[in-house]
Amino acid sequence: MSGALRISGAGRLSQAKTARFSFDGQSYTGIEGDTLASALLANGVHLVGRSFKYHRPRGILSAGAEEPNALVQIVRDDARKTPNVRATVQELYDGLAANSQNRWPSLSFDVGAVNDLASPLFSAGFYYKTFMWPKAAWKSLYEPKIREAAGLGISPDRPDPDHYSSRYAHCDVLVLGGGAAGIAAALAAAETGVRVILADEQAEFGGSLRFESGAKIDGKDGFTWAQAAIARLSAMDNVRVLPRTTAFGYYAQNFVGLVERVSDHLKAPGHDQPRERLWQVRAKRVVLASGAIERHMVFANNDRPGVMLAGAARTFLNHYGVAVGRNVGVYTANDSAYGAAIDLKKAGVNVAAIVDLRDNPTGPVIDEARALGIEINFGRAVIRAGGKLRVSSMTVQPKNGGGERTIAVDAILMSAGWTPSVHLFSQSRGKVAFNDETKRFVPGTYAQDCVSVGACSGTDGLSATVDEAYVAGAKAARDAGAKAAKGTKPKVDASESWSRGMLGAAPGAGPDTTVKAFVDFQNDVTAKDIRQAVHEGMRSIEHVKRFTTNGMATDQGKTSNMHGLAIAAETLGKPIPEVGLTTFRAPYTPVTFGAIVSHARGPLFDPTRRTAIHPWAEAQGAVFEDVGQWKRAWHFPKAGEDMHAAVDRECVAVRNQAGLFDASTLGKIEVVGPDAAKFMELLYTNPWEKLEPGRCRYGIMLREDGFIYDDGVVGRLASDRFHVTTTTGGAPRVMNHMEDYLQTEFPHLNVWLTSITEQWAVIAVQGPKSRDIIEPLVEGIDMSDEALPHMSVREGKICGVPTRLFRMSFTGERGFEVNVPADYGQAVWEALWAEGQKHGATAYGTEAMHVLRAEKGYIIVGQDTDGTVTPNDAGLDWAVGKKKADFVGIRGLTRPDLVAKGRKQLVGLKTKDPKVVLEEGAQIVEDPKQAIPMKMIGHVTSSYWSQNCGRSIALALVAGGRDRMGDTLYVPMPNGVIEVEVTGMVFFDETGGRLNG
Amino acid sequence: MLLIRCPYCEEERPELEFRNAGEAHIARSANMAGESDHDFEKFFFIRSNPKGIIYERWRHVHGCARFFNAVRDTVTDKFVMTYKAGEPKPSKLPGVTK
Repeated sequence: MSGALRISGAGRLSQAKTARFSFDGQSYTGIEGDTLASALLANGVHLVGRSFKYHRPRGILSAGAEEPNALVQIVRDDARKTPNVRATVQELYDGLAANSQNRWPSLSFDVGAVNDLASPLFSAGFYYKTFMWPKAAWKSLYEPKIREAAGLGISPDRPDPDHYSSRYAHCDVLVLGGGAAGIAAALAAAETGVRVILADEQAEFGGSLRFESGAKIDGKDGFTWAQAAIARLSAMDNVRVLPRTTAFGYYAQNFVGLVERVSDHLKAPGHDQPRERLWQVRAKRVVLASGAIERHMVFANNDRPGVMLAGAARTFLNHYGVAVGRNVGVYTANDSAYGAAIDLKKAGVNVAAIVDLRDNPTGPVIDEARALGIEINFGRAVIRAGGKLRVSSMTVQPKNGGGERTIAVDAILMSAGWTPSVHLFSQSRGKVAFNDETKRFVPGTYAQDCVSVGACSGTDGLSATVDEAYVAGAKAARDAGAKAAKGTKPKVDASESWSRGMLGAAPGAGPDTTVKAFVDFQNDVTAKDIRQAVHEGMRSIEHVKRFTTNGMATDQGKTSNMHGLAIAAETLGKPIPEVGLTTFRAPYTPVTFGAIVSHARGPLFDPTRRTAIHPWAEAQGAVFEDVGQWKRAWHFPKAGEDMHAAVDRECVAVRNQAGLFDASTLGKIEVVGPDAAKFMELLYTNPWEKLEPGRCRYGIMLREDGFIYDDGVVGRLASDRFHVTTTTGGAPRVMNHMEDYLQTEFPHLNVWLTSITEQWAVIAVQGPKSRDIIEPLVEGIDMSDEALPHMSVREGKICGVPTRLFRMSFTGERGFEVNVPADYGQAVWEALWAEGQKHGATAYGTEAMHVLRAEKGYIIVGQDTDGTVTPNDAGLDWAVGKKKADFVGIRGLTRPDLVAKGRKQLVGLKTKDPKVVLEEGAQIVEDPKQAIPMKMIGHVTSSYWSQNCGRSIALALVAGGRDRMGDTLYVPMPNGVIEVEVTGMVFFDETGGRLNG
Repeated sequence: MLLIRCPYCEEERPELEFRNAGEAHIARSANMAGESDHDFEKFFFIRSNPKGIIYERWRHVHGCARFFNAVRDTVTDKFVMTYKAGEPKPSKLPGVTK
């Protein structure tokens, strides 16, 4: 038997297919097709969790995605422990294990429930008011304790082992919601032949047809009709039917995010099955058929386990075959709860009484309930529920006061009316309008190509809903380009109709009371809290929301928003539309990070770029560092060497013999065309027209504001061809910058730009022996100093493959940069390496490269500059063409601030104690004895130990730096003040003799 | 995610393929070096930030790589139209009433 409360003959599940599961370690049996909620209820379990703030015992309120209370932790294995799963959404599988949350030591005895007794302390705004003092205690004491005591489930502590998938889809008509309205709209659209996607969050389509026993369409009972229609739609080539798929976000231009739960309902998901699939759908037209959500009644202790929505109780009975109690009471303000009473009564459940707030309503459901012998009390209110871990009674009183009567019940089914689900409409930026007669917000002004149909549009009754939806579906298809339809509209033979209801607190929970009548179950917000927020000065509903946290829990106030709004409006003495509705934002229901991140994690988070020479460096035991997306060899430690020793050795070898360095990541752009030199003149500060082919020049690129944007050596290969190098990190933006000017400001120039970064591998060979290493491998290039002086470039062959051979140096030594097609990069490297071995050459990494260039005072854009440094600040005024009429940045350079005295200038720093290495980023002051905060006059931009100089060296930006040569400045650090001397930027070979051989 | 029509590709493509490039129709002076401080400030620093119609530059960076101009409504985030770089600011906008 799958639970004592399973009613034989009721529901649509097959009793034969049982599934075992556990809750808090206790074993139970359910049926395949159950949700965890229906299976627990079948076993008489209502108590499933403790509330967020007061730790009050909580049960199952709903049968769907709106569930605020029944949040559980689903444990599949050590790594798969999903918290805050709604038991009403989680489908049962054999072996499912669930635990309750937010209780200690057990669900029925929870120490935290002391918060409930102390609740006068925890009123609205409690945290804001209480934990203000002492200020420092918030971070160290209050916040950790509050987080421990509050909170819901426990986050998994291992990496997510599941995989997720992601798809883009396009369709003509996207129908969101698979109840009667959605199905009718999808049928109408699909019959025209256009591409349709129909999605519903439930495992089975049908929406409220799952419980609405009085519905008949096309001669079939409503749910059977829905299944037949879905089978028809699924068989159509132009239709994609997505069950278990929630539309969580509606974005610009009919772009809708859906999450499909692919395998969370399976006992043993296959390895090829993702857990969830993210659908990013672009639709020409969207039909919103998201239905309506039933509201609870706001009365004292309305959160006791066993107190639930009437429609939910009906769903549990009519779909799952579960009676939510044996002796139920009904509390309502509209007709719909009568259906629950009638269906339960017919199934053999005792209905103790219906309590109806309305004075003398009439109608067929009321007659039917009376005919079944159910006691009906009009004009009365349930003023409180009895019981603690499970409701045991309801106390009834005439709504205007009078004698109380307590009726024993084991469940209370309530309905305050139905709230149209305008969430997605609102997310689409549509504006809702308040219907004063029916007291509900419905879609008003549309912002996108969508239409709302059925209950979410405020349409009452199945017949009107299907008519409206079918017409809207056909129109959506037409608007998306369809020709005439050839289908027939479904005919509604019988339906139920329920509308109206009430908003706000029920009698007995009014302004004169202090009872706990919950508005928002998940965040423990009562009617009293909302009134208090208004009394304390909150006027806007947005403020009331934030002060009380009403509607801010993970259920986003699906059941609570309208009640909260009505209570605030009443307290403010204003009509509801003047108080306004809070904004609905995505996601409609919680979405896992996994679904959004999908494959983009770990190695797939960001592309990794490796040079052609990477495998060689890896084999040599290089340690790599990330430079943007590139992996670069950082240093090449030999056995027993730490980084410091390796870098020292590499630096010394380059200056004494030679070093090989993989410079392939340098950005490279080829500037080609008759106007190439003119273009270079405009984009760089330097003059280019007179640079002879075969020569190179160090170029500086500015932004229009006069600040350094990038730099690099440029070789002129021919009068119409420049080989431009950029910084490693700057390559894409420099290309963008060049394209921008070429396309939009200088389109008259006949120039083509090509990124050649990845076409050429670059091997820097630097040091006194560099020419000896290269020369034997080169054909067709005279490498003598006369023929190939410093800063020149030749094309020829090396190792038999084409090369662009630059003589240039970023070390201050005689140096070359050998460019070869990337495919030959490693082979040429290995040939040069073999040759280098004859001359004592070493491989060096980026760290040694940094030290060597700093010894020579060569700057690195982005390290020694920060976007506020001019060429003059960097000591590079010589590179700005004084006779040029125009270049990008020419006007920026003469801005008053850029020519003012006292600007920060790049200088060298030598610590008084040569062994002390400054910290990069450290601040510099004139007087270390001044009061804190001290006046900072600059900061260290580069700092290294230089084995070649036998001391530490540093570069720094210092206000008026070049006028301070020889001055002593100070760098205050946590362990004391470091004395430094201001020097020039060149620390090694000041005359530069080594460059030329 | 917005759909943007590239006037060169003559197709609507997803926003992912594009990059915004700031306000449009701000011409660089032919005599840049001779600009006054005031004019340079206007050219380089001052940008409009309208509620409503904005003229801006976009680049189809992961497509044809061309820069072009677009008219967008900052309230609705809808593109009114796009047109090629160098074309004049449109005098009439489709579907926009003043």
